[in-house]
Amino acid sequence: MTPFSSPRVLRPSGEHSPVGGRLLTPVTAVLGLLGLVSLFILAVRLVYGLGAVTNINDGYTWGTWIVLDVMVGTAFACGGYAMTVLVYINNNWEYHPLVRPALLTSVFGYTLGGVAIFVDVGRYWNGWAVFHPAYAQPNSVMWEVALCITLYVGVMWLEFTPAILEKAGKIIWLRRTRKIMFILLAFAVLLPSMHQSGLGMVLVAFGDHIHPLWQTNYLPLLFLLTAIAMGFAVVVFESYLTSHGFRRPMETPLLANMSQVMVTLLVIFLCVRLGDVAARHQFHRALELNLQAFCFWCEVILFLAPLLMLMKPANRNRPRLLFYAALCLLQGGALYRLDAYLIGYEQVPGWHYFPSVPEILATLGLVSLEVLGFIVLSKVLPVLPAPHGVAHVNGR
Amino acid sequence: MTSTRREFLRDTLVGGGSALAAGLLPAIASGRDNLPRIPTARGLLYDSTLCIGCKACMAACKQANDLPPEHTLAEPYWDTPLDLSGKTKTVIKMYRDGTAAVKDREVDGFAFIKASCMHCVDPSCVSVCPVSAMRKDPGSGIVTNNPDVCIGCRYCVAACPFKVPRFEYDTPFPRIKKCELCEHRMAKGHYAACAAVCPTGATLYGQVEDLLREAKRRLSLSPGEETRFPRGELGGADHDVRAHTARYVPQIYGESEMGGTQMIFLAGVPFAKLGYRPLPTRSYASVSETLQHSLYEGMVMPIAALAGLSFLAYRSRVNHTLLDEEDQPEPAGEQP
Ligand code: SF4
Ligand code: SF4
Ligand code: SF4
Repeated sequence: MTPFSSPRVLRPSGEHSPVGGRLLTPVTAVLGLLGLVSLFILAVRLVYGLGAVTNINDGYTWGTWIVLDVMVGTAFACGGYAMTVLVYINNNWEYHPLVRPALLTSVFGYTLGGVAIFVDVGRYWNGWAVFHPAYAQPNSVMWEVALCITLYVGVMWLEFTPAILEKAGKIIWLRRTRKIMFILLAFAVLLPSMHQSGLGMVLVAFGDHIHPLWQTNYLPLLFLLTAIAMGFAVVVFESYLTSHGFRRPMETPLLANMSQVMVTLLVIFLCVRLGDVAARHQFHRALELNLQAFCFWCEVILFLAPLLMLMKPANRNRPRLLFYAALCLLQGGALYRLDAYLIGYEQVPGWHYFPSVPEILATLGLVSLEVLGFIVLSKVLPVLPAPHGVAHVNGR
Repeated sequence: MTSTRREFLRDTLVGGGSALAAGLLPAIASGRDNLPRIPTARGLLYDSTLCIGCKACMAACKQANDLPPEHTLAEPYWDTPLDLSGKTKTVIKMYRDGTAAVKDREVDGFAFIKASCMHCVDPSCVSVCPVSAMRKDPGSGIVTNNPDVCIGCRYCVAACPFKVPRFEYDTPFPRIKKCELCEHRMAKGHYAACAAVCPTGATLYGQVEDLLREAKRRLSLSPGEETRFPRGELGGADHDVRAHTARYVPQIYGESEMGGTQMIFLAGVPFAKLGYRPLPTRSYASVSETLQHSLYEGMVMPIAALAGLSFLAYRSRVNHTLLDEEDQPEPAGEQP
């Protein structure tokens, strides 16, 4: 409970409460330090150019800043998207306690993606051109993605305002925002559907630069499916970590129910993924002895494993198993995107790419800032499911 | 839980269904075709069998485009680029096999090949550029980059089927560099510098239609036959060069690859050996735009989806606004 809020306001949303406690801990200090390192690296990049800190080249012009921070990072940030679909669109209100933490990770994940794009783009000072009608180029998937991501970050912060208003005790405003919230929520589903599928569609124009195990017109669908599945997985992942980190009870029954959705999504994904490779008669490429084929099978295994783990309903009530299943799914989804963008990016011979140390440190630091932001805000704002709220929901 | 698992799954599938359907549609959508050739388009015909590897074109290109030399040898005295780069817009490469004894022969032979922008009829770089910085001139078909709006995202670098656009990684104010067919010289009545200096006519500038006709003429000659090879600008004032016809590979590379290009090649060695792989005739730009348009044409699908989502969100909100504001217990429908 915060000193500002009246019980009347808190009661309906009493399912969330701030964690409280000291902000400066060894964990937050380390995260902050890593964050500072990354900011320093980004400053060097701005002064000396991309080549000063990264290993990207004309053969692999998109390195880990784009592939990990944007392509994989925003997928990890799809918890807000997945929960919005489940709770507000699909009317499964019992999952409401899980929305806010998911949303908060999403906000930070996408903001990180935005920062990564900004520093990776060579001529950032021309960024306005994306939004200028005379230059906007709607045939470009990148244009669509850039627009949707920018709008979505705004929408998410707005979607998050109730937590801030609640904290500030602004009852009238809280009610007002609730009245129009449904429009915002519709955008909060449409925009990520568009740009997450768009992230897959970006690759279609690459043609035979992308290995046949990944190049397909189903890229948008596959990226969309991984986005939603990873969104649910990240909610499980995060619930497990926060309940351990903050010593709060875990919402296991909720997560157990939710993992049914993950199972369904995994089945659909694997059918489309494998069916597509087979339908294009490219399965023999998976039987070759090379890195691409190896990575393809790693993906398949990482998607199959959580499916097998969660198939048995009894297993879904075991927090640790749930956590491992979510972890596999997240790794599978991340690898799928990494493969499609980097491992499966076939090159004329002579080009090589492996991220440099500063390149990796910058990504690590940005992720640290993201985690730091999450910790700080969930200590200050009513974000995490309140322990009693959980009891209330579960006690039905 | 009152909702059975089946209902739960059904609900989830219906809820996510609208979004998923959007991803499935490309399979059934019809598409845009390759863009057509522009009748007034300009381009280059590079005949590998005429090229003597003198690299005069490379030097002229540097001069005409104000590009710095590139050093790859221990002694930094000569301009020695190995590939296109932020400092080099064209490069002559050599193919060699075995003893490399005979020119334009695949086995135990050698050959030259030029790399520079192909000025595709349906360019990927233009299709993918988010800010119209890559632009194809509707008259000349020349593909240029406008640095005043280019954001340096390098989508064009990654997507170009011929790996042409290059980026400057070693400066805080980098630019995309690629051959723009010396468009800036045309305003002054000149044409492509590389063609202008080519002593043998291996790099020939002209209207693409004429260049294609000239290429077909060469393919129709029998090997060893003496003929006149125009030099500089096809149909221009330059003198011709008399020479014997080489044994050509019966293919004009760029006639149909990727929907056609405005730089076309003739060679005596299979193009795949020269670094120009076989490519489909359907341009990647048209494949990608077909997919994009089938999802977003007229914004019909997104708007319909938005309406549907708003309705669902509103319906679901209404129940719970009551809960929020009236201190009511949970609505009966939701009570598990
Ligand atoms: S070769 Fe590449 S850069 Fe040149 S027009 Fe074609 S797609 Fe664009
Ligand atoms: S780097 Fe510049 S020209 Fe290339 S796609 Fe991006 S904005 Fe367009
Ligand atoms: S046309 Fe001009 S820019 Fe292009 S390769 Fe020739 S000289 Fe260089």
